[in-house]
Amino acid sequence: MNLSCKEATRLMSQSQDRELSLGERAALKLHLAMCRGCRAVSEQLAFLRRALRGLGD
Amino acid sequence: MRAVPAADFRARVEALRPYLVKFASLQLRQREAAEDAVQETLLAALGAEASFAGRADLRTWLTGILKHKIVDAIRRSSRERPLETEDGTDGLDALFNERGHWVEHPEPWANPDGALHEKQFLAALQACLSRLPERTGRVFLLREHMGMETGEICKELDLSATHCWVLLYRARMALRECLEKTWFSDR
Repeated sequence: MNLSCKEATRLMSQSQDRELSLGERAALKLHLAMCRGCRAVSEQLAFLRRALRGLGD
Repeated sequence: MRAVPAADFRARVEALRPYLVKFASLQLRQREAAEDAVQETLLAALGAEASFAGRADLRTWLTGILKHKIVDAIRRSSRERPLETEDGTDGLDALFNERGHWVEHPEPWANPDGALHEKQFLAALQACLSRLPERTGRVFLLREHMGMETGEICKELDLSATHCWVLLYRARMALRECLEKTWFSDR
């Protein structure tokens, strides 16, 4: 399964809310290995989570 | 364990009011609603001193009570004034071409974690949060700021899980975009 960047970002977001299936995880991993832009976004989404958890402290 | 004198307990609780108002304001947007939720929290806390006794951290305990009051307030307000569904164009489509590939390839941000200690960055983040559509922002903050599980949020706000995920996805992408424009692009 070849993900588009749009589908990849959707899965990155959902991985913060639910457990992805084995197939979804494999497809996302493959996409991230090939796509620099999505790797950047993946790190940025992880950063957003850290930023919000600490907000107000 | 020695009981905490009531006057001292009251003062310690009261000293945390500004923190609690800040926490609630982020989630409820309207200052009055935030202050009401905090007031209810402080009243509940003062009446429940015995149940605090022995717990580790007053702020954590108060924040726990406040979270319940915030969820109550959200539940009440969504009954009184249901939010319109925020479907349709949401800026996401502009990021991708018709084949779902980036129109403009995102670049990594320079030292984002360093920004977390900058007051101005936190202000930029809050500004970006306040630009989210109301329901989207609400769901996002319940999830990320209050740390609720998606299942709980859906139940409280009467949304399907799929709809919750869509709102969270939009919120994250919109925030990413907003922070990139207002903070990271010229650094």
